[in-house]
This record gives sequence, structure tokens and C-alpha cells, in this order.
Amino acid sequence: MASLLIPTALRAFTDRKSEIEVAARTAGEAVAALAEAYPDIKQHLYEDGGALRSFINVFVGETNIKSLNGLDTPIDADATVVLVPAIAGGVR
Amino acid sequence: MIFPESVIPDERAESLTNDEISRYSRHLLLPEIGIGGQEKLKAAKVLIVGTGGLGAPLALYLAAAGVGTLGIVDFDFVEASNLQRQIIHSTRDIDRPKVASARDRIRGLNPGVKVVEYNTTLTSANALDIIRGYDIVADGTDNYQTRYLVNDACVLLGKPNVYGSIYQFEGQASVFYAKEGPCYRCLYPAPPPPGLVPSCAEGGVMGVLPGIIGTIQAAEVLKLIVGGAGSLIGRLLLFDAWNMKFRELKIDKEENCPVCGKHPTIHELIDYEQFCGLNPPAGETPVSTLTPLELKARIDAGDKLRIVDIREGHERAIAKFANSVAIPLGQIARRIDEFDPATDTVFLCKIGKRSIYAIRALEKAGYTGRMFNLQDGVNGWARDVDASLPQY
Ligand SMILES: [Zn+2]
Repeated sequence: MASLLIPTALRAFTDRKSEIEVAARTAGEAVAALAEAYPDIKQHLYEDGGALRSFINVFVGETNIKSLNGLDTPIDADATVVLVPAIAGGVR
Repeated sequence: MIFPESVIPDERAESLTNDEISRYSRHLLLPEIGIGGQEKLKAAKVLIVGTGGLGAPLALYLAAAGVGTLGIVDFDFVEASNLQRQIIHSTRDIDRPKVASARDRIRGLNPGVKVVEYNTTLTSANALDIIRGYDIVADGTDNYQTRYLVNDACVLLGKPNVYGSIYQFEGQASVFYAKEGPCYRCLYPAPPPPGLVPSCAEGGVMGVLPGIIGTIQAAEVLKLIVGGAGSLIGRLLLFDAWNMKFRELKIDKEENCPVCGKHPTIHELIDYEQFCGLNPPAGETPVSTLTPLELKARIDAGDKLRIVDIREGHERAIAKFANSVAIPLGQIARRIDEFDPATDTVFLCKIGKRSIYAIRALEKAGYTGRMFNLQDGVNGWARDVDASLPQY
């Protein structure tokens, strides 16, 4: 099973879980498995048309899927997929 | 890894006095810094945007290290709730402008540092003028519109933007320097929809987290000045304080980046409120509000009202709102059947911001009943109606 790491900003929708195991052959399937497991997160991950929202990056290992094959990027059975959203905190 | 040259040309280096040689001795003993590096630190001008959680360690360590000029930008005043992490401010500074409090602390630490205060918000109108005079910008702001503003201004002016950002237990750090690598927009082409990722004021933050991320930013600033060190350019550092894990990711320059790509479409600063979706769309009716005193009057008059607290359980435990029903924000839309359109509903949260998203979510889901937002939330209620409740 591949591991999908969930950032703090999205853990409100995953019962505060920081990681789930997913059976997935591509990065896109891994993200879809998260949306399946926690339906409330879906509208935050995807645009209305089904594209991944642009404030969220998906990394397979240490490489951004934008530099690979996007959501179709194949992943190994034991891959680590990391969701990295824009966060803005600093001052207050 | 990228090892950029110093951002300070050799001819700008400023020679050290004997007192300065004593003060900076531990730097001078490092061959990678030495006299030459310290002379560049003395000549360097660094702008710190925000003197809060990230700005505090940034300003203190850069001042201690002997950066000659520190510009500090902040419009805000020190509050008690800042002191859990903003270690540049003290209890006696509460209600003072943050830039004044920070200036005094920097001067106490190192009188040799020239401090330039900007007691203002950074905007599209002033950002280029303010940033132009500096060698490096360190971004410690708390909102997306300023993040994009700082990024675009730095790209347009050719300045490195030393980035740090925090949320709850998690931090990110990188160096966005379009000349050498990607910019913030290359990584994040657009911000999240308003309200999805709450601010630290609403979502909370572990106090030491900005200390760690801000200190990483300070290290990156110092290395850009001295030159020759392995920089975070093209790398994103993720830090999870709860599980004590660091992770490093590669980030690439995007050919299609609208500000630093091959064919840029952004040639000047834009309206960042609009870009971040903060201006209400044309034709949108504003949410109806009740002030705390208006709500109190309706309750006292015996009006039939349903009060819905959209905070999570751990937050309700800080300050309970009597006679309310708890429905966390994330569950509102799918629990629409629990709402009766014949009864007026009042929504509340900590400060009256997230409750607006609850109302919008129900509107979007087709709910037709009358809805009101409690202005300033539970904190406003504690301030105006029930002094026995804490403000948090
Ligand atoms: Zn870019």
C-alpha cells in the first residue's frame, strides 16, 4: 500500500488523521482514495470540473507531479504521496 | 542544490570597527563567513514583512548577526495573545505598535543596526517603493494577498524572497528567487478559496513553530548575504512539529508562470484582494448580521431563534455559548435537513468570519430560511454582553 500524507490544513476533514494507506497505481488514484474515504474533503481538493485545485501540490517522493505526468503519474506500491497546500500564517 | 553568489557586490562591503570585530568574533572565526562576510552583513539591507511569529526570530537573529539595516513592516498592535510566540514583544508592550516594540528590542540587542519602521500595511500602492531599497525580503505575513503581493514585487524588482509560512503544527520554508529558480506563483498558481484554510487567529498555532521556521528564514537570509552557501532556492522544506519530521521537496520553475515564466503576463502589481477572491462577486447580497447587543435584545424579547455554533468541540470548550446547537463548519452542508426554514437561524464562531462561510454553504446548498451572522462572534459576545466569558 502507498502512504498518502495529509497536511494539517486538511486534517479538519480527516478526523485529524495525518496519513492514510491507499491502494493506488497513480497519484490521481491516491488522491481520489482520500476523497472517497473522507467525502467532506472532496470539494476542497477538486475544482467543479474535476481538476485538482491549484493551491494544492502533489509530490510523489520528493518530486512534484507537475514535473512528471500529473495525476496520471504512476506510483510504486510502497510510494509516499505528499499533499502540500498553500498555507499563509506568519504574523498574527 | 544552488549555491548563489552574495547579493552584496564586494565594493559595497563596509569595514568593521574593533568593537564590531569583538562582537562578531564567532562569525569571523568561520572561514565561510570571515571578515569579508561580516562586512557584507554590515552593508546589507533586509526588509522583514510582518513582525509577528516569524518576524520575531527573523528580526532578533538578523540584528544579532549584524545585518546593517533592517526594515520592518507591520500595521498591527501588540496583543496579549501574541506573546505565546512573538518573542520580540513583551508584556509591557501590549497595545503598542508592533514596529515600535520591535525597534526598541532590536536597539537593545544591537545598537549598531539601523531600523527603518513602516507602520503600515504593504499594498500594491507602496510595495515597490518600500522594497526597492532593500537587498532581500523576508516574508512573514499571515494572509495570501500579501504573499502574492510580496512575491510579485520581488520578481519585478529582481529581489530574493525568503519565504516561511506556518499553520497549527506545520511549517514551510523556501527561497523564491526568480533569477535563480522558481517563485511562489510557480509553486502555488492560485490561493485556496477564502475560508478553507483558516488564519492562525482562528486555527491556532504551536508557539515554538514560528520560532523554528523564522530561524530557518534568518539562516537563509544570512547565507544569501555572505554568498556561496547551499540555498533553499528550488527546494521546499516542510516541517511537522507534532511528529518532529522534516521533509524536503524539489520545486521547479514553471515555464508558464504568469510573473517569472517565459512569457509573463503580469508586468505590474495587481489587485491582490480581488485575485484572492476577497472582494464580493458582483451582485452577491451581503450576509445579514446581528451585533451581540441586537442578538441579546432578540433573545430577551423571547423571539424564536435557533443559534448554531459552527466551532469544533475543542474550541467550544474554551468559551461555551449558552443555548446553542453545535454543528461544525465542515458538516453544515450535509446536515442541511436539520435546519427549519421557518425559524430564523443565527450562526456563530470565534470572531464572526467562519460563520459567514457556513451561511454561504447553506445558501449554495439551496437553503431558503433566514440566516444571520453573529458579528464578531463569541469574542464580541464576551466583549459586549457577557463579561464572564473569556475572549480568546
Ligand atoms: Zn514563477
